[in-house]
Formats: sequence, C-alpha cells, structure tokens
Amino acid sequence: MWVYLLKRLLAMIPLLIGITLISFLVIQLAPGSPVDLQTEMNPKASPEARARLEKLYGLDKPLHVQYFLWLSRMLRLDFGRSFSTDARPVADKILERLPITILINVLSLALILAAAVPIGIVSAVRPNSLFDKSTTVFVFIGFATPTFWLALLCMMFFGVHLGWLPISGISSYNADQMGDLAWLWDRTRHLILPVLISAFGGLAGFSRYMRFNMLEVIGQDYITTARAKGLSEMRVILKHALRNALMPVITILGLSVPGLIGGSVIFESIFAIPGMGQLFYQSVMARDYPVIMGALVIGAVLTLVGNLLADVSYALVDPRIRAGR
Amino acid sequence: MKETLLSENWRRFRANKLALAGSLVVLLLFIVSLAAPVLAPHDPEAINVKLILSQPSPEHPFGTDQLGRDVLSRMIYGSQISLKVGFVAVGIATLIGIVLGALAGFYRGWVDIVIMRFVDVMLCFPSFFLILAVIAFLEPSIWNIMAVIGLTGWMGVARLVRAEFLSLREREFVLAARAAGAGDMRIIFLHILRNAWAPVVVSATLGVAGAILTESALSFLGIGVQPPTPSWGNILTEGKDNLQIAWWLSLYPGLAILVSVLGFNLLGEGIQAALNPKLRN
Repeated sequence: MWVYLLKRLLAMIPLLIGITLISFLVIQLAPGSPVDLQTEMNPKASPEARARLEKLYGLDKPLHVQYFLWLSRMLRLDFGRSFSTDARPVADKILERLPITILINVLSLALILAAAVPIGIVSAVRPNSLFDKSTTVFVFIGFATPTFWLALLCMMFFGVHLGWLPISGISSYNADQMGDLAWLWDRTRHLILPVLISAFGGLAGFSRYMRFNMLEVIGQDYITTARAKGLSEMRVILKHALRNALMPVITILGLSVPGLIGGSVIFESIFAIPGMGQLFYQSVMARDYPVIMGALVIGAVLTLVGNLLADVSYALVDPRIRAGR
Repeated sequence: MKETLLSENWRRFRANKLALAGSLVVLLLFIVSLAAPVLAPHDPEAINVKLILSQPSPEHPFGTDQLGRDVLSRMIYGSQISLKVGFVAVGIATLIGIVLGALAGFYRGWVDIVIMRFVDVMLCFPSFFLILAVIAFLEPSIWNIMAVIGLTGWMGVARLVRAEFLSLREREFVLAARAAGAGDMRIIFLHILRNAWAPVVVSATLGVAGAILTESALSFLGIGVQPPTPSWGNILTEGKDNLQIAWWLSLYPGLAILVSVLGFNLLGEGIQAALNPKLRN
C-alpha cells in the first residue's frame, strides 16, 4: 500500500509543474503589465516609479526567470495581494471562502449518492421497466438542463411565488441575534436551493453510471453462483452485486471535483453565496489578476487532491490495484 | 460492401425514435437560425419604451424585455449564436484533439507521454475556471468565446483518437500501406483516420451540446455574448434581473437551450447506437 501511495504521489509532481506552467502562461495573456494598472490612473507616476515597480515585481527579468520567481512564491503559498481596494493577501481571501464552497459540494455529493445509487440499482435490476424508462428520460433532461436556468425557475417558484425559501445569501440579516437552533435552521433554509440545484446536474450522470455498473456486475459468473447456491435475490443484489458496482463510483467521485468547483461559479453568483466561486467571478469582472491566478492554481490543485483521494480509496477497497496488477 | 454497411447503419438509426426526434430538433434549429430574418416577427434590437416588460400577447407571443424588445425575435436570432458557437468551438476542439491524439497513438513512446501528460494537466483545471480566467484577460466577444471553449475542450477527443490509433496502427491495412511506400502523414491522416471517424463524430455531436450550454452560462454571467446582440444566455440575465415581475424572460430562453441541447445529445447517442451494435440495450 505504501509503495502504491508513494508512486501515486511521485506521479503528481509532473502534473503540478504542468499546472503552474499553464497558469503562468495564462497570466502572460493579460494585456499590458500589472504596473500599468497601478500607474495609468496616477498622472504623478514618473518613469522612475514605474521602473521601481517593475523591479519590485521582477518584470525587468526574462520570462523564464519570472516563472521561477513566481513558482517559488506559489510554493510558499504567497499568491500576492488583491488588486481590489482592500489589498489583502490573495491566499487569505481564497481560504476564508473555501469552507462554504466545500460544504455545499460535499452536501450535494452526498445527496447525489443517496439518490443515484438506489435509482441505478432499481433500473438495472428491472431493465426496460417503466421505472427504468422514466429514469432514462430524466437522465436525458438532466443532462440538457442549464443549471442556472433551473436555479432561476426554482427561485421564482419557491422563493418569489410561494415565498417558502430565501433566494440569496447564506443567512438572514438578523442571523447574529438568533439562538443556535434558529441559526442552524436559517442556514439550512438558505442552503436548500443551492444544494438541490448543484446536485441535480450530477444526479443524471451518476444514476446512469450506477445503472451501467450494476448491469455489468449482474452479468458476472459469481452472481450466477450466488443465485445458484440459493441466496435470496435481495441478498444477491445488495450484498454481492452492490459492493462491486460501487467501487468504480469512487473514481467518478474524484473525477467530478473539477466540474463541481467550476459549477460553483454559476450557482454561487446566482444565489449570492460568499464562496470561492463567487470570489472568482467577482475577480474576473474586476480584472483582479492575482486572485484569478491564485484561484486557478488552487482549483487545479484541489482537483489533483480529489483524484489522489479517489485513487487511494480505490486501492484500499480493491487489493488488485495495490498489487499493481 | 460499403453501401450495405451504410444502409444497415441508417436502418438502425431510423428505427431509433429518440434519435429521429433529436435530428428533427437539430434540423429545426438550423432552419430557424438560417431563416431568422424571415421568421422573426419584429426587429430583435428595436426598442419600444411604451412596451417595457409587457406580458406575452398575440403581438409578442413571448412578451417583451426591459427595453420593450420582442423576446421571440431575440430568441430566434439567439439561435444563430448558439449554433455558431457550438459548431466553431467543437470544430476547434476536434481538430486539436485529432492531431494530438493521432500523433500520440501513432508514434507512442515519448511523443505519447508528453501529449498525454499535457492532457492530464489540462484536465486538472476546472474547465469553467480556465475559460473564465482566459476571458478575463481577453475581451468578451463571440470569437474569443468560441476559441476559448474550443481550446479547453479537446482533451476528450484526443484520448478517444489516441485509443483508436493504438489499436488501428497494428492492423494489416497499415502494414499494407507502409509496404506500398506511404509516408507517416499519409498513413495517419488518410488511412487510419478514415477508420477512426465514428467515435469522433459522436463526441463532436455531444460536444456541440456542451458548447451551447457553456456559451449560455457565460453569456448569462455577462462575460459571453455582449448585448445588444441577443443570445439565449443574456436574455436569461435580464430574466434574473426581473425575476419578480417577468417570468417569461426566464422561462422561454431556458426551454430553448434545454430542447436544443437535448436534440444534439439524442442525435449523438443515436449515431453511437447505430454505429456500435454492441451498445444496443
């Protein structure tokens, strides 16, 4: 197991280097230099002041030297300071917004699994039944629905028309004065729509995948054996088939991380949730380059960590992987 | 032989009602966007201050927006944007994917390692983050959107093409072509590629659906197609701004996106089922 883990960690190094290279190249797309932004608006900025700033940022050096300077700052988690008026360190700004984004994504993944696994099992056990056919229709519609549109419709119906749920933010204006339980209830009500909607998109894919896995496993010889030795169908499906059909789902969970992080941009800006996605969107609109770059690198690294976790958990449940076969 | 294979595939495709429905939607979408000037009842950019946010009526079946423009006409013109972005972006992605995938699968060795590591790295970036970051540095215009969606969406095609090449390069016809004196480029792009097009067509069809969704999301966020040019995504932005009073601004453009994406997805799945008998059921 440790050998496997070490191999897996070593394999991440070229990927990390690649991530930083591409991110660095994306910065180079920026029109003008960061110095322009600080001197353009200021008529008093002299050429000497410009030169001083350029030296400060290392912009007077050749490109590959700039890359290594930038890389060494990245390694120390120094992403620079935001261009916005608060001028706070980028790392602080991103880290304080990460928990809510992770919370929403974890909740929606849990919801997806809780719904997709039973749906997949039932449609695989009775293929072409009415249930199977209606889930197929649902899957196609789920794949084709723009999440931001669904969010709008839900806000309109549950928020405006029925008035049941709040449609923006993560807490009410008077949340500070609430007791613990009232606060929790308030937070829950604010998160219902964002979590449901971010789960909706993934549900289609996961239930489809679960059905496919289950169909594959049910066709295997050991399932026939289990049936032949007289086990009840319930036991065959839930004990023998399900375990093996669930394993590949771990990999898909890992692979879905980038999609979830990317998707959070959309629903966080619709629901005004102060998470990483909203920060990213606001930074894009404000051309706040240091925050954009920081979030891009952190987003990619999170993806890498997600994949690593998935591979390691897979190795834990499947001894064949550990043995390197 | 080729005729019968084609007709057999066509027969299978025709028997698939969902696939036919998908092709019908795609066909309609083409007709609507080509005939937009004839079909649109009003000028999509004509402002009418007397009719701001008016309910759907016989004169304006889908209502009007906050500048009194006819929503139906704007949606009809919006279909042009969706199709244009969908096809150009996927064209770029497919071209890059074919070239890189073919080189990796054909030459193997270090060419393969370098290209595939590059694919892995690109897949680490949440694609929406990458698209937004690049757009932030460029101007939000329809051409930049197409280019960026294409440049961030070729990895799947590259993997597919590589897998096809890895198996096809060992076949006898490649050996025969080489014996006949064909060069690498001729073998790659003439002989092998011709036998690897099926999965590429399927993934491109599904890719158009994805690109339409991405464009609408970008335009919705205000970093895609810029007003006054109508796009389904930027009409939805106005819907969000007038959520409490004008439901028609939110409902119809979203339905248009859903139906078009559904159409391309069904078409893609239909082609796949027809070309790959193993996948039936």
